[in-house]
Amino acid sequence: MTATALLEVRDIVVRFGGVTAVGGVSFDVGDGQICGLIGPNGAGKTTLFNCISGFYRPNEGEIRFDGQRITGAPRHRMAGLGIGRTFQNLALFRSLSVRDNVLAGAHHLGRAGFLACALRLPGAVREAAATAGEARRLLALLDLEAVADIPVASLPFGTQKRVELARALISRPRLLLLDEPAGGLNHGEVDDLADLLRRIRAEFSLSILLVEHHMNLVMHVSDKVVALDFGRKIADGTPLEVRTNAEVIAAYLGEAPRERAA
Amino acid sequence: MDAGRDRIGTGIALPAAGAAERSAARPLRLLGLLGLVAVAAVLPPLFASSYQLFQLTLALIFAIAILGLNIVTGFNGQISLGHGAFYAVGAYATAIMMSHFDLPWWETLPVSALICAAFGFGIGFPALRLGGLYLALTTFSLAVAVPQILKYKGVEDWTGGVQGVFISKPDAPEGLGLDADQFLYLVVLAFAVAIFLLAHNLLHSRIGRAMRAIRDHSIAAEAMGMDIARIKTRTFALSAGITGLAGALSAIAIEFVAPDSFSVELSITLFVGLVVGGVGSIVGPLFGGVFAVFVPNLAESISRAAPGVIYGVILIFFLYLLPQGFAGFPQRIRALLRRRPEG
Repeated sequence: MTATALLEVRDIVVRFGGVTAVGGVSFDVGDGQICGLIGPNGAGKTTLFNCISGFYRPNEGEIRFDGQRITGAPRHRMAGLGIGRTFQNLALFRSLSVRDNVLAGAHHLGRAGFLACALRLPGAVREAAATAGEARRLLALLDLEAVADIPVASLPFGTQKRVELARALISRPRLLLLDEPAGGLNHGEVDDLADLLRRIRAEFSLSILLVEHHMNLVMHVSDKVVALDFGRKIADGTPLEVRTNAEVIAAYLGEAPRERAA
Repeated sequence: MDAGRDRIGTGIALPAAGAAERSAARPLRLLGLLGLVAVAAVLPPLFASSYQLFQLTLALIFAIAILGLNIVTGFNGQISLGHGAFYAVGAYATAIMMSHFDLPWWETLPVSALICAAFGFGIGFPALRLGGLYLALTTFSLAVAVPQILKYKGVEDWTGGVQGVFISKPDAPEGLGLDADQFLYLVVLAFAVAIFLLAHNLLHSRIGRAMRAIRDHSIAAEAMGMDIARIKTRTFALSAGITGLAGALSAIAIEFVAPDSFSVELSITLFVGLVVGGVGSIVGPLFGGVFAVFVPNLAESISRAAPGVIYGVILIFFLYLLPQGFAGFPQRIRALLRRRPEG
């Protein structure tokens, strides 16, 4: 709870009808930190994630980003505040090319309106050129140059996941929310992803909040891990502390291994 | 991520080469476009009869109207079955301004477009809450209502009731050596070129990308910072304005507006033109306009008794041959050519 925390989650409660999905969770994500959010199925990870990304409004509690209260802010404001995200089950713009998908991520950075764009006013042209350059850089970083101009829907799953990452990064987020980035990837791809996340953090100087089932990945890349079970926080600390925490072990015991055999 | 590079590199190398070709072809395409416009400006006025010229003028007007519909339906995914209503309002606005206020034709055009855009904005605002089929039905009811409102006694002084309003075609400026039909054709052609170019610019900009992003995945679009309500209502207004401008041009070309010219059938004609031309294609509406004007005539020349049946058969045949519309024609040819050597 230092003053430098970029994201402060305070006493978040979310109820769906009579069910309490999240029952008073608090944690921080510091500047430049990679924070993993783990827990068995139904622990409330995704619900909490959706509160932070602005898609749910919590019943109680508040979320502050860079000291500013963001609970209840309109969804389309989140990108402008500096919060970027990827989706659990790919949410790409199917019929657009890879490049256009990435460019769409930069929408909130642009100012040109209908008229300026239709008339190709100098400001709009300059803006578009700058964004296009930024997109080329990200396409290169994420190894997407070869497929830049084909429709995104025709690409393999792993590649589409990288497109989502590029689309989130071009918006210059200070906090990147990743919802199960390793879901559906094979072993080799998960290893690549771990390297990639560290490189992204270094290169873009941002914080990452990672909701993930893939325990190896979380323990491998996170500076800090928060574990949830039945909507409550059961552990919060370094990967080592959380891995050896008795409650975490109990929560996971008896369940099928969390790591997918993909 | 070397593994990643291998995966992609071996799999799909061709499209990258295609992209390079495309950017090199850009000046060539622009030249081709200029040539096409020059041909369209010179040949028909020289060789077409005045009736043929009139039909070409109408086809261009329909193309503009269908482009308007395509922007909202094809690019933004908001289905409108009622764009005939905006066409009608544009036509009446111009006819009334010309007949009641003696405004010159060219002054009425931007005003009519603006009136339709405002009307579209008003419709678009509540329509936002309605997705897909509900919006389609709401706009459809608009198309049903407008001709009846035009006949309403209370506005008869303006609209001329069932009789409609007569106006007359502008004469060509002296010294050009053109007759009124040739002049009007060139005016409409100039409007069409300008509007298609502006639409092309817009649809390839951040705004056009946002329209398509919202169509494809509105939740993700919101997460990218797109204000969906704002973009959708403005798109609807723009679309209505363009279709309204086409309606205004049609009033001048036909020299007459009457409620029966703007029945529900008109909205369906525009929608058919949209699908036949190619949903979400910028050049598609040009083909759609040609189809909308010439296929009913063709059908009537084949069977005077049942032109509707022939029209239906032609339509189904087209959709069977070109499910992507005319705009998908080159792709279709390419796919056929690619299949041949393998087989």
